[in-house]
Amino acid sequence: MTPHMLTRSLDRGAAIFLMIVAACGILIPLSNLLLPAGSALQVPTYLVALWGKYVCYAILALSIDLIWGYCGILSLGHGAFFALGGYAMGMYLMRQIGTRGVYGNPILPDFMVFLNYSKLPWTWYGFDMFWFAALMVLVVPGLLAFCFGWLAFRSRVTGVYLSIITQAMTYALLLAFFRNDFGFGGNNGLTDFKDILGFNVQAEGTRAALFALSCLALIVSFLICRAVVSSKLGKVLIAIRDAESRSRFLGYRVESYKLFVFTLSACMAGVAGALYVPQVGIINPSEFAPGNSIEAVIWVAVGGRGTLVGAALGAIVVNYAKTFFTSGVLAPYWLFMLGAMFILVTLLLPRGIVGTFNAWREQARERRPAATTASAAAEDGITEPKMAE
Amino acid sequence: MNVMDTRATSAMLYLDGVHVSFDGFHAINNLSLTLAPGEMRAIIGPNGAGKTTMMDIITGKTKPDEGTVLFDGVTDLTRLDETRIAELGIGRKFQKPTVFDSQTVQDNLLLALNVDHSVKGTLFWRGSRAESERIDKVLETIRLTDARNRLAGSLSHGQKQWLEIGMLLAQDPKLLLVDEPVAGMTDVETHLTAELLKEINKTHTVMVVEHDMTFVRELGVKVTCLHEGTVLAEGTIDQVSSNERVIEVYLGR
Repeated sequence: MTPHMLTRSLDRGAAIFLMIVAACGILIPLSNLLLPAGSALQVPTYLVALWGKYVCYAILALSIDLIWGYCGILSLGHGAFFALGGYAMGMYLMRQIGTRGVYGNPILPDFMVFLNYSKLPWTWYGFDMFWFAALMVLVVPGLLAFCFGWLAFRSRVTGVYLSIITQAMTYALLLAFFRNDFGFGGNNGLTDFKDILGFNVQAEGTRAALFALSCLALIVSFLICRAVVSSKLGKVLIAIRDAESRSRFLGYRVESYKLFVFTLSACMAGVAGALYVPQVGIINPSEFAPGNSIEAVIWVAVGGRGTLVGAALGAIVVNYAKTFFTSGVLAPYWLFMLGAMFILVTLLLPRGIVGTFNAWREQARERRPAATTASAAAEDGITEPKMAE
Repeated sequence: MNVMDTRATSAMLYLDGVHVSFDGFHAINNLSLTLAPGEMRAIIGPNGAGKTTMMDIITGKTKPDEGTVLFDGVTDLTRLDETRIAELGIGRKFQKPTVFDSQTVQDNLLLALNVDHSVKGTLFWRGSRAESERIDKVLETIRLTDARNRLAGSLSHGQKQWLEIGMLLAQDPKLLLVDEPVAGMTDVETHLTAELLKEINKTHTVMVVEHDMTFVRELGVKVTCLHEGTVLAEGTIDQVSSNERVIEVYLGR
């Protein structure tokens, strides 16, 4: 029957997606490192870094699709978790600079010396160790999401109200991180990174490795999301999305489910941010801007909500378009184009690119084997006389 | 404490002196009602009589301002939330059929099964033979075996009503609250639904809210007529429908 075939076809879609990501993750770094510069097949370093950024965005989009597409939680503040993961990584990179900074202070990053800090704030303890920073990349966004979600979901804040308070959350963080006395570099943020785990962040080899790692993270995130949505828990999430109070009357503790998936999603967004920062070389408070989070939701809508593959694809397509259009004469009109893209997709492809493609293929399949359709119709026909018995 | 030391009553469901008002409107007014274990009860009453509000109180959706609501003689339902009450064994079918449209008939029943409903339990869930056998049995009872792989959203109205009754069966509660099960059904479907409920009543306590008098008559059970949030009459369908006050309320004399 169709659902079985549907899952199979989705599996095939997922397999193709994973193969493409894996191939890119291996071939692009190899081509960059092994082929001579200027050769037609050589991917220049600036492109490796740019595409690495897209891959991080794809992970962020996946994390949004997990909660929005499958559980109906429209977070318009997911950029905050991305930025927090980024800051955790940025703090590690800052502490790696050591005496190579402008002021040459072995402990304090430059901006702290500049702001007359006498000692390292406690919030920076431990960030000289990579394992600690890596842990914080998961813990900080996860903990914030857990506390935020615990309060919001327990009070049954849903729909547009939840979206608004997620916006408020990221905006509040934006304002906090802008302050110099908050201790995270104020509006300049964290930058001038030197090395990561002893490797120069600017080096071609490091950039290629970061790209490969980002692809690996995308694959792992995708597999986690897929495992979650194809488990029975995934069915419960969809049930909550479609009929929340019905799920309660069946005995599901809706707030626990939302909290679980929201926290998981925030951790994934944190990882995306942590991989993003060494590749772009800077993290500053503008990453918390509410507009960023909304843009990320648009990627998911364009690619296809509730499809996972679509979310990742949407992030890459929209960002590629952004790079393409913002670098030419059309640059001043980019925001209009982004808005137009969102409106057009909503009007013409309400299920997004992948969602529409899936529906179209499903239809084509139903039309093709006339024999099976006929037998299915007969099957439906039989139920009626049976009822009349 | 929501569990009393001793059984206060032998009833499956016991409502006493329940009051609820919304912005000064008394939806439920000194409502008292008992349902014995294994009983099936039909609740009738004109629009706004408080039938659905009563179900909301029993399932924890609405908190009463006053009064006692005891389940199984020991549990005070007024202090519990929907999830907890569902876990205790009270199932509810809504007035408007509410099934999970974007999932298959089979998955709807799977979600309703009264197995581990925790996050961990569902994340690491592995289907068992006992579970699929139970689903098969329910599918047979509600006559949807052939439609098991269809999306619930594509079912006809009557089939959705049955699927929802099937979800109640899969949930296997001690008490079933069924709100207008035959609304929008054909005569044949109505008849089959009455049969289905009688079958279910062999093993479960059932409370049915319904407007359709033919259907209530067919059930052949004790009837309670509500009016303005309180019990107006109770008895067999003939006693109730010949009651002066019931006629007055229904015909507006």
